[in-house]
Amino acid sequence: MLSSPKPRRQWPDWLAGYALLSPALLVMAATLAAPVVALFVLSFWSQTGFDIDRTFTLANYWKLIEPSSEPMVWMGIPFPFAYPVAAILMLKSLVMSLVATVFVIAMAYPMAYFLAFRVTRHKALWIILLTIPFWTSYLLRVFAWKIVLGYNGAINTGLKSLGIIEAPLEFLLYNPIAVMITLAHAWIAFTVLPIYVSLEKIDRSLLEAATDLGDSRLKRFWRVTLPLSAPGTIAAALLVFIPTVGDYVTPTLVGGPGGTMIGTLMQELFLRQDNAPLGAALAIVMMAIIAGIVALFLWAVGYAKMRERSR
Amino acid sequence: MLGKPSALFIYAIAFMIFLYGPVMLMPVFSLNDSTFATFPLKGFTTRHYASMLANTSMILSLKNSLVVGVAVSITATAIGLPAAIALTRYRLPGGGPVLGAMMLPLVIPSIVIAVALLAIILRFLHMELSLWTVGAGHILLCIPFSMTVLMSRLEGFDKSLEEASRDLGENAWMTFVRVTLPLAAPGVISSLLLCFIISFDEFVIAFFLTGTENTLPVYLFSQLRFPNKLPGTLALGSAILLGSALLVVAAEMLRKLGVQSAKPGDL
Repeated sequence: MLSSPKPRRQWPDWLAGYALLSPALLVMAATLAAPVVALFVLSFWSQTGFDIDRTFTLANYWKLIEPSSEPMVWMGIPFPFAYPVAAILMLKSLVMSLVATVFVIAMAYPMAYFLAFRVTRHKALWIILLTIPFWTSYLLRVFAWKIVLGYNGAINTGLKSLGIIEAPLEFLLYNPIAVMITLAHAWIAFTVLPIYVSLEKIDRSLLEAATDLGDSRLKRFWRVTLPLSAPGTIAAALLVFIPTVGDYVTPTLVGGPGGTMIGTLMQELFLRQDNAPLGAALAIVMMAIIAGIVALFLWAVGYAKMRERSR
Repeated sequence: MLGKPSALFIYAIAFMIFLYGPVMLMPVFSLNDSTFATFPLKGFTTRHYASMLANTSMILSLKNSLVVGVAVSITATAIGLPAAIALTRYRLPGGGPVLGAMMLPLVIPSIVIAVALLAIILRFLHMELSLWTVGAGHILLCIPFSMTVLMSRLEGFDKSLEEASRDLGENAWMTFVRVTLPLAAPGVISSLLLCFIISFDEFVIAFFLTGTENTLPVYLFSQLRFPNKLPGTLALGSAILLGSALLVVAAEMLRKLGVQSAKPGDL
């Protein structure tokens, strides 16, 4: 007769689980939660010369929105603020990120579609070729565009030696368009794979059913493939939009004076002008605005329902 | 199969050229016998690489980056492994939100992470900035990647192997050492490699949080401003690109090794 196994002394599942999770949770608390709280507290203090005045004040937030009777006009839009640079850069960053994100998705989607539905051989090779840029130095991928677009860059000297232009084109680098092209290129590697995964998950019999029921290929794409891949595509878009709003590297390297973004101002406040409390308020406001836009967007497209459907 | 290539195939090739083209110029110009990154190419030389190796401040920052990268990758993986086991092997109340929170560093702009850490380190803890503070930021950044890699590996093999070990009388620790760890090993190594690359290539957090010692990307950034340093910068950049590409390929191949995951290409 088999002896019954000795009952093991066991912790309850949740306790054992959380014990295993505790190092990670501690690190997250120390390097993310606590610093964000510190940033929040700092934004209610003020800078007096080299010292920090720790009395509670809303002055930093007020400075960001303080109205002025003489609006500063930027791109035809009046900004009626006493410190308009923050609002202008915020709007500019949001618009530039949005444009870059739209381009990224528009370019990445066909690539992901090709990978999911057309590639039969060497799929692993395609995937690894798309993965490598994802991991390699962001700084270098951005810097590469400086070599491409610069006054003495590849495009200018290339066209010149081909005899197409006589003098270098000066408008290529150091402007918002250069920033948007570079952002799109630097972040596109992050989007192909998530979109590909959401396309790959689509049940092929649904596509066959649509064809059998008389949909043309275009109609089938519009009514079946696109809606079912929408959640993954939206997630990929957010993965680009949110971090790029606060990007610092790209505007600094290829933006020039005209291509600055909100991250540039934040760096100046923290490291150059030494007004960390104002910089902290700016960071908090930026995160709040991004979170608000993202929430509004997800609500408007009915993201929760969409995910439910494509499950 | 043979026939006119489809429009999508042509698009995919164009996409790859767009993706790799600008970056590929760096190694091309780094081997060009000129102090400018300009066409037409002048001739082949390796002197930019030789002058790069003779640059002591570059070597010093390379050493710093290696030290931070190794320490970060080991720490992040050591923290990530038990957490990944917890989230794949235990039924946890609140497991979903915990995993969601761990993915947060992916979507927070790194400048916000950098200034938040700067705020607590300088204004609350009154500590000096150093490679330690850079490392702390990098560990946070690596956790979501280490977790995803490890969790997909742990989900990729049969739990019943661990149950069998427990039923045969091994305790939890020995089951981990003799069953889970060997099976998870490709994921662990892949997590180590990927976390190392993330830390080694990371610029913004290092730029804000480093003290007097530079990491390699911070050093590189400081050189980008000087046009006369361009060839050396290009050589250094090309070497970094080649090194990280090799590591990524190794990590990806390890990750694919024996994983019967139904989610190809999943992060």
